[in-house]
Amino acid sequence: MNLSMVQHILGLMLLIFSLTMLPPAAVSLAYQDGHFQPFLDAFLIVALLGALLWFPVRRARRDLRLRDGFLVVTLFWFTLGLAGATPFLVTDVPDMSFTDAVFEAVSGFTTTGSTVLVGLEGLPKSILYYRQQIQWLGGMGIIVLAVALLPILGIGGMSLYKAETPGPVKDDKLTPRIAQTAKALWAGYLLLTAVCAACYYLAGMGAFDAFAHAFTTLSTGGFSTYDDGLSHFGSAAVEYVAILFMLAGGTNFALHFLALRGRSMRGYLKDAEFRAYVGILAVLILVVSSSLYLTGRYGSIADAFRHGAFQVVSLQTSTGYVTAEFAAWPGALPALLMLATFIGGCAGSTGGGIKVMRWLLVFKQALVELRRLIHPRGEILVRLAKRPVPDRVINAVTAFFAIYLMLFGGLTLLLMALGLDQVSAWSAVATSLNNTGPALGSVASNFTGVPDSVKWTCALAMIIGRLELFTLIVLFTPDFWRG
Amino acid sequence: MKIIILGAGQVGRTATYHLSRDQANDITVVDANAETLRELRDRLDIRTVVGNAAHPRTLESAGCEDADMIVALTNSDEVNMMACQVAFALYRTPTKIARVRAADYAAHPKLFEEGGLHVDVLISPEQLVTEHVSRLIQYPGALQVLDFADGRVRMVGMRAVTGGQLVGHQLRELPDHLPKRDVRVAAIYRQGRSVQPEGDTVIEAGDEVFFIAARDDIRVMMKELRTEETPVRRVVIAGAGNIGHRLARSLEDENDVKLIEHDAVRARFVAETLRRTLVLVGDAADEELLLEENIDDADVFVSLTNVEEANILSAMLAKRLGAHRAMALINRPAYAELMEGGSIDVAISPQLITIGALLARVRRGDVARVHSLRRGAAEAMETIVHGDSRNSLVVRRRVEQIDLPPGTTISAVVRGEEVIMAHHDTVIEVDDHVILFLTDRRHVETVGKLFQAGARSN
Repeated sequence: MNLSMVQHILGLMLLIFSLTMLPPAAVSLAYQDGHFQPFLDAFLIVALLGALLWFPVRRARRDLRLRDGFLVVTLFWFTLGLAGATPFLVTDVPDMSFTDAVFEAVSGFTTTGSTVLVGLEGLPKSILYYRQQIQWLGGMGIIVLAVALLPILGIGGMSLYKAETPGPVKDDKLTPRIAQTAKALWAGYLLLTAVCAACYYLAGMGAFDAFAHAFTTLSTGGFSTYDDGLSHFGSAAVEYVAILFMLAGGTNFALHFLALRGRSMRGYLKDAEFRAYVGILAVLILVVSSSLYLTGRYGSIADAFRHGAFQVVSLQTSTGYVTAEFAAWPGALPALLMLATFIGGCAGSTGGGIKVMRWLLVFKQALVELRRLIHPRGEILVRLAKRPVPDRVINAVTAFFAIYLMLFGGLTLLLMALGLDQVSAWSAVATSLNNTGPALGSVASNFTGVPDSVKWTCALAMIIGRLELFTLIVLFTPDFWRG
Repeated sequence: MKIIILGAGQVGRTATYHLSRDQANDITVVDANAETLRELRDRLDIRTVVGNAAHPRTLESAGCEDADMIVALTNSDEVNMMACQVAFALYRTPTKIARVRAADYAAHPKLFEEGGLHVDVLISPEQLVTEHVSRLIQYPGALQVLDFADGRVRMVGMRAVTGGQLVGHQLRELPDHLPKRDVRVAAIYRQGRSVQPEGDTVIEAGDEVFFIAARDDIRVMMKELRTEETPVRRVVIAGAGNIGHRLARSLEDENDVKLIEHDAVRARFVAETLRRTLVLVGDAADEELLLEENIDDADVFVSLTNVEEANILSAMLAKRLGAHRAMALINRPAYAELMEGGSIDVAISPQLITIGALLARVRRGDVARVHSLRRGAAEAMETIVHGDSRNSLVVRRRVEQIDLPPGTTISAVVRGEEVIMAHHDTVIEVDDHVILFLTDRRHVETVGKLFQAGARSN
């Protein structure tokens, strides 16, 4: 273990992160909301902390090993969660406890989007901007985490993806180095965000709101500058723009990158995961919209489709914008939508959940097992896009599902023990593990009314989910710490 | 013709056997194994040289200097191509034939163009056998399906059975049965003996009939000789060697293919490269496995392993368990004769299939295709007519005027895009591709001379 190098990296990271306090400070000056000082304080505090961490080990120069990687990546999210809470702590508006501040920051960075704040309209513009920015930065971190870092550690959808599927991602490796890959993906992310903001603006939003929401759309975060979220605008155009860019946020960014570079949409159509992703969404939209219409919840097909499609896309991609009180929808719809969050986006996207790729593989694996029953001596392989998938990958995916299920069950029981009712408990765990945002029951719109213990548990679940379980859990295995 | 054969493996030995039967050929066989060569020399009138086939010294002592042709048939693609290269560079050998199995080489024709490798003809026995078997599967009921003129004309050999519309009738009734279609019966074998097909010949059940037709007319003609066969859907292949693997790949898009392989590692490899084929790990002679996989539903069972006895046994077993048709890859002519038409339906002879490609090259005249038939006793060939009416014995003559040796018939003529079934008054033109059937291959030489330009002045 190379602790001094880990400390070196974290220190540097905090120094860099402190700079992100400056744009909200600028926003404060621009809008004259009188909130300049807290951001300046936060900047100084975080920078100082970073310097304190970094200075003693500034000369540490050793290569990181694989194991250090797990530690760095995990600590990265914990540290940012804590450091990101600083601006909430150094101010009275909003007046937040330590727990609330950390919950809000973690929820932001993991692009979950659950909040403990109400009365957003009354808050200073700079604070609102800061929340959106956290999610946007979180999205950036996730892309690099998912596309570049986790594969090196051997975890996650993308590693399967790169190794096992033909088509765009494998054939042209994006670029040879992580740093270049990250830059290329960020460029795509930046561009999509700008386009999204422009679309919002054209759809009738103000410039500030357009940018603020573009930030949390592409990152599939779900924070809004209004308590009632996107329904505040009451505009179908805004919602369809949101649907489109939430879809984009839930798509593998490597595909975006290749589409931009090759100026062609063919990569999307050829990608097995993307096709499954769109297919699942289409089926869910059909089911939800028609149920809404047939049960008379909405009088017109257009309304039923608009609200059905929005909620489905928002929840499955784990964005978590809500334009209708879906928790009060009839029949199985609320539970269906909560369960859709388990599907999540594509591997290598900003979306949360288990990821379409894993579902695809586990589903194919199930079909293969059935065929094996009929042909006991058959050499039957799981194939993705016609290529066989190695058994190791399948085993990893199956293990992932098992751990996911155990965590989900265990955390649900824990929340119930901490005082939540069943529906609130399981939906709160689902929304946290899957990095979605809204839930059912007492946590349907926000987490203000739950005990601190629940907030800490949920914040932990968000980080676990974001790190695709293994990155964090591996730290708790004895082998990790043994030589 | 002076011919050097490199490699005395299975293909090499068969080639030696067939080529040495022509008195006109001087054969020298090269192999690294002295023992194999001695055995071969004891049986055939040939010369042998021991050594590495690609080494100039070996080639020189084999007489490459004045050889007309070098046929490289060792089991290494690279040695074969290298030998051709050496033969060209040092001795300018006119004709160089190499056995090249790897499909990757054949996929790049540029390799063998001007300035590339000096190989005139590539032979891939596996590919030839695969194509042969898949044609047999395409026409259920056929014993042989032979391509001529790039597949525009096909000759089909099949056994007539009671219930076929023409069975029990005279050949001259054929045009009434098939109006607007042009089909010629080229040969009939009754109890192993050839019967000259004439207008009043009556087709009997059990006859082995060879007919020739344009590709689209094949199926209707087959109905004349057998009751209608349902198209093949379910194919079971035993043995995932090169041939089994290629066959599965060529069939899997249109058929349900099951491929049985006993070696688990090979099975895994094959399963990864095939898309729809179901690969099964096990023994093809394992009754339980065959029953488990519904062998009684299979339209065709083909066994293609390296061991011919195993092929015969598993094909017999499959047939008894209910497979509709059973084929087996059999090398030894004696076995093939024993089996075919009895316990199994078709014996596939890789040597006969491969040898045709070689024979076409050693023949006098311009021969495009040779198919060796009936264990090498008969032959179907496609020859190209050259010369003019002054120096040729065939140009601008009617078929009845041509002095063909006994047992030889002109079956069809391909003129450009046009396919003409030969009648007594069909006139042969320059550049025609003439398709002949020889019930006795001993007349090959005579036929070759007959079709050569300049034959008349001799």
